Amino acid sequence: MSKCSYTLPIGPVHPALKEPTMFKFVMDGEIVKEVDVQPGVNHRGIEFIGMRRNPLQVLHLAERICGICSIVHQYAFTMASEKAAGINDIPERAQYIRTIMAELERIHSHVLWAGVAAHELGFDTLLHWTWKLREDVQDVLEYISGNRVNYAMYYQGGVRRDISPEKIPRIKEMISAYRREFQKLADAFLEDPLFKHRTVNVGVLTKKDALETSAVGPTTRGSGVPKDVRVDQPYGGYADLDLKPCLPEQMGYPNTGDTYAKTVVRILEVGQSLDIIEFCLDNMPPGPIRWEMNVNKVLMHMKKAGGEAIGMTEAPRGEMIHYVRLDPGDENVSAWKVRASTYNNIIAWQKMLVGAQIADVAIVAASIDPCIGCMDRVTVVDGETGKEGVMTKEDFYRLSVRKTRRLRRMKGKPSGGGW
Amino acid sequence: MASPMWFEIFRQLFDRPFTNPFPVKYAPKNMHAVAKAIEEGKVRINPPVPVPDNFRGKIEYDREACIGCRMCIKVCPANAIEFVPPPDGGPKGGKVKFYMSRCTFCELCTEICPKHCIRMSTEFLMADTNKYSDNLVITDSGRFAEQPPPQAPPKPASPPDAGQQPASGE
Repeated sequence: MSKCSYTLPIGPVHPALKEPTMFKFVMDGEIVKEVDVQPGVNHRGIEFIGMRRNPLQVLHLAERICGICSIVHQYAFTMASEKAAGINDIPERAQYIRTIMAELERIHSHVLWAGVAAHELGFDTLLHWTWKLREDVQDVLEYISGNRVNYAMYYQGGVRRDISPEKIPRIKEMISAYRREFQKLADAFLEDPLFKHRTVNVGVLTKKDALETSAVGPTTRGSGVPKDVRVDQPYGGYADLDLKPCLPEQMGYPNTGDTYAKTVVRILEVGQSLDIIEFCLDNMPPGPIRWEMNVNKVLMHMKKAGGEAIGMTEAPRGEMIHYVRLDPGDENVSAWKVRASTYNNIIAWQKMLVGAQIADVAIVAASIDPCIGCMDRVTVVDGETGKEGVMTKEDFYRLSVRKTRRLRRMKGKPSGGGW
Repeated sequence: MASPMWFEIFRQLFDRPFTNPFPVKYAPKNMHAVAKAIEEGKVRINPPVPVPDNFRGKIEYDREACIGCRMCIKVCPANAIEFVPPPDGGPKGGKVKFYMSRCTFCELCTEICPKHCIRMSTEFLMADTNKYSDNLVITDSGRFAEQPPPQAPPKPASPPDAGQQPASGE
């Protein structure tokens, strides 16, 4: 009998996937031989909605790109629009509060991920226990901002709510509670024989592959690439801190890039975030929390200003970029582009999933902490036939030639919006 | 296999449940019957967890104080606010209407309102089968008992520099 392979589709909607995306596996028995990822089924056109709103409105839209890492989207958009509008003197206290919020969210995201990873392995007791741990940080986020999710804290030129001195003891209490539970959390995952069996040498991303696919965040740090926006290009309060990227070797585990190594990185980062929050609380300078108290004046300043800028943050999942362009006289955001961390990391899926068993697909896919809602920014649809498709290199070449010709015809005329 | 979780799992058996059952202690078979019984005073409500300080709940609107400047409409990210033109068609005296089913609870309208006639209450029970029910469309919440004191805005860190050249990216 001749050897044959078969194709196994998973998705776009599947119980193993938390969000819609499409996998096609070419299988040889139990082993994955080839992977094709076809995203694009969760496209909501958020950037287009944002381009019909003013920067203050987009703040709250950006927050809703993702349900888990909502604040980093807002952070990146705030930084980009501040740079574009030339708002440079953001009070230091506001910078520290921004840092505290971003780190609280990192704890919540990593603990949530740990629970999801346990769930993907069928260890639901651990899932419920980690999510119980997560409640504490959620309560603190609610205590500071008023909401458990979608905190509405950031603002061009500062933050909207202060962390007053009487709130600090409650946050410190949370930090010490997590420090008490930290070893238990680490043991429950890293010392568990079942967890080890399912994750060690599963979904390996070698250092070479991590660099080639330009993976970001814990995915790349698990492979030993010391890449972290907070260290490489510090923003907010991170510039005052002496940070080092968390690598698995700090816990005495080799930088193998398997799922276990990524878990080690995330658990180390929970500890790192606790240290950052404590530092920021202790060293928070007094002063105003906003560059301009009058919301209307901020709106007018953004309307008059023009420019383009990039805002970068280190989301729990890795580097995140927002590009914003403001045109003078135009109240709305002229252009807005979001590049979320999962966009880089799903390319690493192709390397990680090859050679894995079909039963490991769920945990390997989950190991990059995929967020399809963040990532799906574009769907290519043919306007005439209504068919969805994929843009190839030839298509881009054709479009580029067409644009050159169009510009040549328009020579002498103002180029308009650039579309 | 010996999991480090075993001790934790057994400890959980003796812990008090963390969840606060609301509105009654046990999951009722018929929610409508329970709601009716609560109205009649036969069943006592188990109080909800108190809301935090900065909680942003249902909007309250002082229609009389509103001057119809439309600033809130301008900043609302969800377009949840509708302008109601004055009955006589004149240039002044317009009011607004809030659709809570679209509200994202960001508090921007409250912040930008020059007359402080919008505020966010602590009410959170807003589930409804009709998006446009009277409970969810706010036209007037009556006069606010005490006007919030006009906040003296703290001095900005430095005044906005109008002539400043905007930065052009990284």
